[in-house]
Amino acid sequence: MNIITICKKELNSYFRSPIAYGVMGFFALVTGYFFYAAVVFFVNRSLEAAMQGQSQPMNVDEWVVRNVLSNISVVCLFLIPMMTMRIFAEEKRTGTIELLVTSPLHDFEIIIGKWLGALTLYACLLGLSAVNMLTLYAYGTPDWRPLAVGYLGLLLQGGALLAVGTFISSTTKNQIVAGVAGFCVCLLLWVLDWVSSFEASALNKVISYLSVVSHFESFSKGVIDSKDVIYYISMIVLGLFLTARSMESMRWRA
Amino acid sequence: MIKVEGLTKRYARHVAVDHISFEVTKGQIVGFLGPNGAGKTTTMRMLTCFMPPTEGSAEVAGFDVQQNPMEVKRRIGYLPETPPVYPEMEVAEYLDFVARIKNIPKAGRQQRINQVMERCAVADVRNKEIGKLSKGYRQRVGLAQAIIHNPDVLILDEPTAGLDPHQIMETRDLIKELAGEHTIILSTHILPEVEQICERVVIIAKGKLVATDTVENLTRGLRGAEIVALEVMGGDESVIRERLERIAGVSKVTLKEPAGGPAHGMLRLTIEGDKAQNVRPELARAIVESGWQLNELHGMSMSLEEIFLELTGDKTEVSADAAEAPGAAL
Repeated sequence: MNIITICKKELNSYFRSPIAYGVMGFFALVTGYFFYAAVVFFVNRSLEAAMQGQSQPMNVDEWVVRNVLSNISVVCLFLIPMMTMRIFAEEKRTGTIELLVTSPLHDFEIIIGKWLGALTLYACLLGLSAVNMLTLYAYGTPDWRPLAVGYLGLLLQGGALLAVGTFISSTTKNQIVAGVAGFCVCLLLWVLDWVSSFEASALNKVISYLSVVSHFESFSKGVIDSKDVIYYISMIVLGLFLTARSMESMRWRA
Repeated sequence: MIKVEGLTKRYARHVAVDHISFEVTKGQIVGFLGPNGAGKTTTMRMLTCFMPPTEGSAEVAGFDVQQNPMEVKRRIGYLPETPPVYPEMEVAEYLDFVARIKNIPKAGRQQRINQVMERCAVADVRNKEIGKLSKGYRQRVGLAQAIIHNPDVLILDEPTAGLDPHQIMETRDLIKELAGEHTIILSTHILPEVEQICERVVIIAKGKLVATDTVENLTRGLRGAEIVALEVMGGDESVIRERLERIAGVSKVTLKEPAGGPAHGMLRLTIEGDKAQNVRPELARAIVESGWQLNELHGMSMSLEEIFLELTGDKTEVSADAAEAPGAAL
């Protein structure tokens, strides 16, 4: 299967270069810190609550899982441009894109293969953070369902941003340009959410709807909202579709 | 095998390829000749389905590049100017990847990879990272990549550019070896290369087709006069000239300064004579009878380079190209 071949090749080049290790190391460090901070905070609060004589035990899912997942979703905004910046820019610069395009492959096989490769690396990152979460089970019994939904949300959000990053990378030969532009777009998609707190005008609602982070909120609570799923999936489709158009235009102009 | 008709590629501001038509029959090696920026790469990119033509059509093995790109791609092996290799991959691993995307079935894939590695003499570096190989090796890995699916047509864009003279010879030999099984189009701006490897030449300049013929026909057809080079000693320049010009059939005598100035009264002359009359014996006799010393006398055939200059009328570009090309023994 051509898509799998391309995907494997992508993963191979991630793990042959320092990118994968750098991103994974940084991610493990940051999420480990978030997790530690959230747990310590949770333990302190539960102790206080017990001393004040509250009978209801505090919810781990709400206090630890949700916080950590929300933090991870923001950290990913910064890591994803690093993962996608080389995806097409590098092949265009070195000329290997000519090999792919003149091989009996369809454009969509190349694009989806590459995107899946990046998504797999991203899933590895999430797997690293999941190790933290598993330690919770050694000391308590958190509900696994909100956790699973949270990770599903992270995967969807990552997939959407990776698709956007792939598109940006396909428009340039320069990795750094692709990285910086991808970073700007991710940042923008994050801060769009802030306007929702100003006033509830129709425009603000639209702008806020476009933000990737606002759609993650319900996932972090363990709720799968079809509105959010549709948002992420349509963003993936749009990103990959634009990449296909950009590849086509590259052939006309190059 | 390849049929190109009115192929045109137009960009926003200029025309890169302007209504080019030619045909290549099965098993031929065709040289694509032209100065830099003549439109060689663009034509090749259209043939390999990398970019669609603005106008006209191209057919490879009976399939149109626009209607049936998948079929065309299956039958073409393409080596772009810079070999499309992934520096972080090992040679065998890279060829395995290429074999997969060229849809070589699993059975026999490994065998085929070993075969092309032997063929292109890269088997000894099979487990080395491509990025750490020399330019010559990388070029051969690129060639291995192009022939791995045993394509009917091989398209090679400047296969010897940037190699040292030894590597150029190796690559040329390899291409000649491959000629039996594949139809080959190779582009170059180095003229001797075409004379050595190719059976036919397609000359383009500024996007336009200038000539397409066999190498012999081109050399023969354009040569109006026989040219003879002479080296004479022991006489006065003007006397020698005058004597030689009197010989029947000699139309022009020109003095060539020897490199490093005229030494020991030695004169180098170029004589243009009528093709029908063989002037060489008469020249020799005249010189000897006059008591001069004849050091050298040989006929010069018109080189492809001169043909090229005559056809394109673009002297500066070609001589600059030839000068910068290493190993171009002009």
